[in-house]
Amino acid sequence: MAAAGPAPGAARGPAVPGDRPLTLPLLLPAWAVIGVFLVVPVGLMVVYSFLTQGFRGGVIWEFSLAAYDRFFLDRGLFGDEPPRLEWTYIAVFWRSLWQAGLATLTCLIVGFPTAWFIATRPARSRTAWAFLITVPYWVNLLIRTVSLRFLIRDQGPVNQALIALGLTDAPIQMLNTDFAVQLGLFYSYLPFMVLPIYAAVERYDFALSEAAADLGASRWVALREVVIPSVRPGIVAGCLLVFIPSLGAFLAPDLLGGAKTYMIGSLIEDQFKGSLGNWPFGAAVSVILLSMVLVALLFYARNQAREGRA
Amino acid sequence: MAEAAVVVRDAVKLYGGVVALDGVSLSIRDNEFFTLLGPSGCGKTTLLRLIAGFERLTSGAIALHGQDIADLPPDRRPVNTVFQHYALFPHMTVLDNVAFGLKMRGVGLAERRRRAGEMLEMVHLSGFAGRFPAQLSGGQQQRVALARALAPGPRVLLLDEPLSALDLKLRQAMRVELKTLQEETGITFIFVTHDQEEALTMSDRIAVMSAGRLQQVGAPREIYEEPVNRFVADFIGETNLVPVEVGAVAGGLAPVALPGGAVLQLAAAPGSEGRHHVSIRPERLRLAPSGAGQLSARVERIIYKGTDLQLVARMAGGGELHVRIQNTARADLPPPGAEVGLVLGEGAARLLAD
Ligand SMILES: Nc1ncnc2c1ncn2[C@@H]1O[C@H](COP(=O)(O)OP(=O)(O)OP(=O)(O)O)[C@@H](O)[C@H]1O
Ligand SMILES: [Mg+2]
Repeated sequence: MAAAGPAPGAARGPAVPGDRPLTLPLLLPAWAVIGVFLVVPVGLMVVYSFLTQGFRGGVIWEFSLAAYDRFFLDRGLFGDEPPRLEWTYIAVFWRSLWQAGLATLTCLIVGFPTAWFIATRPARSRTAWAFLITVPYWVNLLIRTVSLRFLIRDQGPVNQALIALGLTDAPIQMLNTDFAVQLGLFYSYLPFMVLPIYAAVERYDFALSEAAADLGASRWVALREVVIPSVRPGIVAGCLLVFIPSLGAFLAPDLLGGAKTYMIGSLIEDQFKGSLGNWPFGAAVSVILLSMVLVALLFYARNQAREGRA
Repeated sequence: MAEAAVVVRDAVKLYGGVVALDGVSLSIRDNEFFTLLGPSGCGKTTLLRLIAGFERLTSGAIALHGQDIADLPPDRRPVNTVFQHYALFPHMTVLDNVAFGLKMRGVGLAERRRRAGEMLEMVHLSGFAGRFPAQLSGGQQQRVALARALAPGPRVLLLDEPLSALDLKLRQAMRVELKTLQEETGITFIFVTHDQEEALTMSDRIAVMSAGRLQQVGAPREIYEEPVNRFVADFIGETNLVPVEVGAVAGGLAPVALPGGAVLQLAAAPGSEGRHHVSIRPERLRLAPSGAGQLSARVERIIYKGTDLQLVARMAGGGELHVRIQNTARADLPPPGAEVGLVLGEGAARLLAD
C-alpha cells in the first residue's frame, strides 16, 4: 500500500493549545483571574458612573446621568435653556492629550537613538546597557518624582548651578510649569520607549541597510525608507506604552505642575479625595479615558494585523 | 584591448589582528564573468565588500573603469550587489523592491514601475509584483534580488554566493540563467562561490584564493589543466598528488622520476630541481596489466559512483592513487588485491611549483 498522506480534514502543523477544547476545571483559574481583576473592577466603574452622587463621597444606588451631564454639558439637559457643550473638562482632556503626545514625542526622539546605540553594541555589553536603562525603576515612582521637585525648585541644585555658571542672575522658575510636567513624564516613561525599540532594532537585519546603500540610498534616506519601516512595530509599541500612562498620569502633574497643568489623572484623583469628591463623576471620567485608550489600542491592533499579513 | 572594469592593486584588509586580504592584485575585464573561488574564510566576501564599498581598504587601491573609488561611499558607487541571503526589504512589495534603486536615482513613479516590471519579466516573475518577499520561495526571492540589483543598470554586478541557498536542481537551472543573462546584458559579473563546479561551468575567468591571497587567475580550462601549485590542483576537481624527483631542467623540460622508477619529461621552470609533486587527474590514468605503464600499484577497493567507478590503489612506495573508470557495465575490473599497471596519457601529469 502506498504511504498514507494526512487524512482529509486532519489538522496540519503542530496543534495550538487553544485549538483543543480545554476542560472546565483547567479554564477556571484563567476565568477567575480575568473576572476578579478585569471584569469586576471595570464593571463597577461603569456602574458607578451611572449612579447618584452620595453625600460626602460614596454613591446612592439610584440611576443617574448626572456625571456624564456634568462632563459634557453646560446648564444641564433638564434646565430651562437649551443645553450647551461644557468646555471645562474637554479642555482638561485636550491638555492631557497634548501633554501626553508631547512627552511621547520627546521620549521617541531621545529613545530611538538610545535604543539604536544599545542594540548596536557588541552582544555582551548590550545586555548590560539595557539593564542600566531599567535601574532607576527599582526606585518607587513617587520618590523619584518628589526628588525631581527638589532638583528643579528655585533653590535647587539646577538653578544654583545655572547661577554659579553665570547663565542667569535670578533662579528660573521650573517647578509648577508645563516644562516640569514634561520632564516628569519623560523621566517616568522613557524606558518604555527604549526597550521595545531596542528589541526591534536588535532583530533588524543590518544587511538591509547595506542593500539600501548599495542601491543608492544615503544614510538618512535608508533610515527613512528601510530602517524605520522595519522597526516600526517597536516604535508603535513604545509610543503606546508611553502615551497611555502619560495620559492618565497624576503624580507628575500633581507634584511638578502648576494650576494650569491640571490633567485627567488629577481630575479623577480629586473626585475620590476627601468629602468634596464626586464618585460617579470620577468613574465617568475614567470610563471616557478608558474608551479613548481602547480606541488607540484598536488602531494598534489593526496595524499589527496588517503587519502580520505583509 | 577593452578598458578594465575593476582594477584592484595590492589590496590589504585587516580586521583587528585578522588578515582577511593579504596583498591582492586583480584586473577584471569589461563584460567578463569573473569568479572568486576559494575555501571558506579565504577572503572572497571581503574582496567583494571592498568593491561594493561596505568595507574600507587597510591599504591598496581599487579603481572602477579607471576611476579611483577607494573613498566613495557605497551609495555613490555604480555597482550593485546580489546578497547571499538576498536582503530583500520585507515591508515592500516585490515591485517596490525592484524599483528601489531607480527611486533613489530620482526616476519618476510611472517610469520606474515600468522598468521594474520589465526586470521582473526578465527573471520570469511578472505575476509576483504585488507579493511581499516572505510570500516567495527561496528561488523566487533570489530572482527578485537579481532583478533589484540589475534594475539601476549597473556596469558591474557583484554576486556573493547567490545560489548557495538553493537546492541542487534549482541551482543548476539558475547557473544557466545567470550565464545567459550575463551574456545578454554584457554586464561585468563578479561572482563569489566556493563551489568549484559552479565556477568552472559559468566563468570566463576564475581567481582561486586561499588565506587572503590569490593563488591563480585564469580561464576554467587553464585552472583545471595547468594548476600552478598544490593548493589549486587539489582544490579544483580531484587529483592525485604524487611526490617526484626532478632532474636538471633544460629547454623548459626536466626529467621527472616517479615512484617506481619511470621517468617522464615534463615542462618545468628553471631551477625546479629536487623534490616536488606532480598532479595526475584520476580520469587521465588508464588501467593496464601488471608491469605495463609508468606506475604500478595494488588495487585496494572500488567505489561505485553512478556514472563512473573510482578505483583506489596503493603504489609500491606507499602513496594512494585514485583512478576514474567510466561505468560501462563491463565486468573486467581487477579484484581487490590484484597488481595493476597504470598508463599516464599524454599530458596526464603536471609538475607543480611547490
Ligand atoms: N567583520 C569581521 N571582523 C573580523 N574578522 C572578519 C570580519 N569579516 C571577516 N573576517 C575574517 O576575515 C576572513 C575572510 O572572511 P570572508 O568573509 O571574506 O571569507 P569568505 O571567503 O567569504 O568565506 P565564506 O566562503 O565562508 O563566505 C575570515 O578569517 C574571517 O573570519
Ligand atoms: Mg563569504
